[in-house]
Amino acid sequence: MDTFLLIGITGIGLGALYFLVAAGLSLIYGLMGVLNFAHGSFLTVGAFVGLWFSSQVMHVSNTWTFIGAMVLGGLAAGLFALLVERIVISRLYERHIDQALVTVGIALVVGAVLAGWFGNDLRLLPTPSWFINTVSIGSAHIPVDRFLYIGVAVILLIANTILLRFSRIGLVIRAGVENRQMVAALGINVRLAFSTVFFIGGFAAGVGGVLVSAYSNGVSPLIAGSYLIYGFIVVVIGGMGSVPGSFLAAMIIGIIKQYANYYSPGLGDFVVVFLLAGVLLLRPQGLLGKVKA
Amino acid sequence: MNVLSVSDLNVKINESHILHGVTFEVPTHSVTALLGRNGVGKSTTLKAIMGLYQSHGSIELNGQSIAGKLTYKIAQDGIAYVPEDREIFASLTVKENLALATRDENDLERQELVHTLFPELRTRAAQRAGTLSGGQQQMVAIARALVNQNEIILIDEPTKGLAPKLVTEVADALGRVAGATTMLLVEQNLPLVKRIAQHVIVMDQGRVVFQGGPENLHDPEWVHAMLGVSGGHK
Repeated sequence: MDTFLLIGITGIGLGALYFLVAAGLSLIYGLMGVLNFAHGSFLTVGAFVGLWFSSQVMHVSNTWTFIGAMVLGGLAAGLFALLVERIVISRLYERHIDQALVTVGIALVVGAVLAGWFGNDLRLLPTPSWFINTVSIGSAHIPVDRFLYIGVAVILLIANTILLRFSRIGLVIRAGVENRQMVAALGINVRLAFSTVFFIGGFAAGVGGVLVSAYSNGVSPLIAGSYLIYGFIVVVIGGMGSVPGSFLAAMIIGIIKQYANYYSPGLGDFVVVFLLAGVLLLRPQGLLGKVKA
Repeated sequence: MNVLSVSDLNVKINESHILHGVTFEVPTHSVTALLGRNGVGKSTTLKAIMGLYQSHGSIELNGQSIAGKLTYKIAQDGIAYVPEDREIFASLTVKENLALATRDENDLERQELVHTLFPELRTRAAQRAGTLSGGQQQMVAIARALVNQNEIILIDEPTKGLAPKLVTEVADALGRVAGATTMLLVEQNLPLVKRIAQHVIVMDQGRVVFQGGPENLHDPEWVHAMLGVSGGHK
């Protein structure tokens, strides 16, 4: 029972990391229809800026340093995403093949530049000392950092929901997804709204990058790889453009993967792929996605 | 005094030359009807004015050139647009559709005008616009254009595809709006045009072939020759 609980909560923690990667993907692809394979580089940029802040600026591994690394990593990744959208993507709306080619190119260039600069080896990200603590639930000892991942994911989910449902910019984004031209004809600079989506998506990926680095015990240019793949799977299972759907899917995948790997190491990836196939067959729009008219 | 002056407007779409030197004026505080057979370029003219199609030529709003400007800046300059297919935001509520269009939230007078003209929109404020009937959707589309103090409203076939009862409702609303704003109206419904228009522009094959008063609309032969439809009964 204790093992069951331990695996369940660590699975939710892993799902929270997948959600942080997938939230931005879901917004950018689901809402704007942009195939963004450069999303992993937003995560990597965030992770490296977090590393730079923690190790070069602060020199002290405490809670505030880590929060600063998350915020700064998020902002740096958000600004990088904004730059990519302004300079490249804004010229390629409605051109999906070009988007895929260009964003794959950006991902390769960013990966190569960072690898050339820092090498591909893991560089330790300083974390607060309490990261190695555990919390006892029953007689199960749960690593405390998992609760941080879950907490950040929940905050991001709530912030996204508030932004999209209750703010003016959220209203513009939702309308712009339906009919960009008509939003412009109402006197609204819709491009500004779409740039905001990229910034938010990049910010989430950057924060995710710092947390993924903490989870993986280090930062490297290759860190985004498997998380990006899982991010895409989460978006498809959750439903394109549905951030709550991504949250639900990320949690399901995290939990299932952990349990499967516990009972047979390596089985988790297979189970997730079967889950993806099942959802595509039975509910192609995803768990909380809408069927396009 | 003219609110809108269009001169030598040309539009090409995919190598097809749609508008050929279209020239006309829209006087202040009037309803100008843009008439013609299907496919002569009426909707294209409105879209070109809004910057939704690339065009060549002169377009002036109150003497200031708006040609080549981005669509959202043209709208901010004071041109409202009600498109042919309404193009309301189906997933948003009626209230959200109107809130999105509102540029000055403190202009309560305009908001009151909208609700006076279309009281149903107040009662259906929380309903998703995509679930409204065609007539109600048209009301939302027109209301979006009226929530701001604009220089001119471009309306493209507002009664198209509506049931006769709804045509009457929309026509009544337009009749009331007509007194308060300048309007460039594309419409096939001649009784409505006769009722509210003070000026008529007729287009044929991408060119303006007639500009003048609405009196000719009462001449069946003229109507048939110009518009290819029967009508014009006195």
